[in-house]
Amino acid sequence: MSAISREEVSHLAMLARIDLQPDELDRLAAQLDVILDAVATVTQVAGEDVPATSHPMPLTNVTRPDEPRPCLTQEEALSGAPAAEAGRFRVPRILEED
Amino acid sequence: MTGTTLPADLTRATAAGLAQALAAGDVSAVEVAQAHLDRIAAVDGTRDADGVATGRAVHAFLHVCAESALADAKAVDDARAAGQTLPALAGVPIAVKDVMATRGLPTTCGSRILQGWVPPYDATVVANIRAARMVVLGKTNMDEFAMGSSTEHSAYGPTRNPWDLDRIPGGSGGGSAASLAAFETPLATGTDTGGSIRQPASVTGTVGVKPTYGAVSRYGLVALASSLDQAGPCARTVLDTALLHQVMAGHDPMDSTSLTGEYPDVVAAARAGATGSLDGVTVGVVRELSGDGYQAGVLRRFEESLAVLTEAGAKVVEVSCPSFTVALAAYYLILPSEASSNLAKFDAMRYGLRVEPGGVAVPTAEQVMGATRAAGFGDEVKRRIILGTYALSSGYYDAYYGSAQKVRTLIQRDFAAAFGQADVLVSPTSPTTAFPLGDKLENPLAMYLQDVATIPANLAGVPGMSLPSGLADEDGLPVGLQILAPAGADDRLYRVGGALEAILTARWGGSVLDRVPDLSAALATAANGATR
Repeated sequence: MSAISREEVSHLAMLARIDLQPDELDRLAAQLDVILDAVATVTQVAGEDVPATSHPMPLTNVTRPDEPRPCLTQEEALSGAPAAEAGRFRVPRILEED
Repeated sequence: MTGTTLPADLTRATAAGLAQALAAGDVSAVEVAQAHLDRIAAVDGTRDADGVATGRAVHAFLHVCAESALADAKAVDDARAAGQTLPALAGVPIAVKDVMATRGLPTTCGSRILQGWVPPYDATVVANIRAARMVVLGKTNMDEFAMGSSTEHSAYGPTRNPWDLDRIPGGSGGGSAASLAAFETPLATGTDTGGSIRQPASVTGTVGVKPTYGAVSRYGLVALASSLDQAGPCARTVLDTALLHQVMAGHDPMDSTSLTGEYPDVVAAARAGATGSLDGVTVGVVRELSGDGYQAGVLRRFEESLAVLTEAGAKVVEVSCPSFTVALAAYYLILPSEASSNLAKFDAMRYGLRVEPGGVAVPTAEQVMGATRAAGFGDEVKRRIILGTYALSSGYYDAYYGSAQKVRTLIQRDFAAAFGQADVLVSPTSPTTAFPLGDKLENPLAMYLQDVATIPANLAGVPGMSLPSGLADEDGLPVGLQILAPAGADDRLYRVGGALEAILTARWGGSVLDRVPDLSAALATAANGATR
């Protein structure tokens, strides 16, 4: 089930929005193969009847009272922005040309 | 009236001793802060303009805030002179792991992608520390986004182990642990997702506690794996660790997984433990967490600790937790899965690094994200994001992530059964002592094995402590003992740890850290000197 190809790593990198270099793709494919081999044991130990646990504490729907409270100012919220304009985050275009 | 005698060198004092002397007016907070800042200047080494460690020194700190530390200390002294009643640890210095947001102080998480980021708010833990009027000395180095067991994955260069500058200080919280072992601070904070507080404590001869999941707020911590992350205290003694634990812990409405209800009195437990009696306590030895793969000297110190626990009156029994053998495998599916999701927030849009890809006239947001994340993340972070993306992708989700979550259930059941037979469980914290820098960098799997004994606690949410059990015969390096308790029973760690510490230090005639080599001498021989 493991055996992860260079093409697969390239696809995953695209999904994760990381532009990996060709040498990184080769190295990661080899390393991920070893890691996936090692972790594959998890598929063999738990039977159908074992429920999944996603969280150490059984908590559901924790909410706080819906009341106004102080928060960051606009200036503070923008203080770490790579680019800002007119009190807003300035971001690159989101659509391809044509 | 003077209750304590402080050592002439204030950096050798405990937090408890400093707190008492400060309250008694025997020493000022400014003097205490200055002594520690001087020590940092003497042993921590320098960084270049890009923040990268230069020369051979401890390099525990990524950022030292001398000016604000002295101002905070002076404010404490002024308040005390004006007759104000101050919190117990007022004026005691502390180092903060760089994973915690600190208003007005850089927070990089050891990553290039956050270089230069100055948070506009404090993490709740940091707010608690400030409310306790403690003096923040600076931010400590860590593996990038807390991914690693050696601090070698920090984008700003590794921290070096004060016991041997050519060895790792553990990770991810190697900066905090090394700062304690180098006497740069009496207290430090950590976070523990798979062992990042306990393993560094183990290999530096210090004490560290991962509290019960939810006992310390996660608000303002840069998330790695949200269902596993837990912040906790690091110090040189069990009592000091308890004092900081009490400051850090508590319910926080800003964290929806924060525990409600009673928190145990860990300081009282540490004091009770220090009497050295463990009558009526049953200690379980986890069969699966020793033996093959553990260094001989580590096992010898472990056996010795068991004898000490018996001597203190505890009943020692063997327990079995069969699912622990697959805990590491489950962890390396769950962690990357959660991390790949959590780290999606670093998108170059709202804060942090933004890199424009070359060869495109007007790049799209997506192209900027790809270029920024490629430039801003290191190898280990990329590796885990890709692994997590794979484990969560359709077709593999059930087999990998789904199976790992079932293993998590089995681990919780094993803990429940074990705690039916014993009040606490024990094991070596780490299978080895500190290994040489660079030793495991090319073999991620070998690095992951460092956390084989610490990971089960994170998967189940139970609390754990590491404290020194002595030095390994073969290399003279520190060995840690791990104590685990049921969720919510953090006080048991301190009771048992306090007793073990009391008996061992009496036997050794002092702390294990009394035997750290003289750093000033080691550094004087280094080519570049070590002044900041």
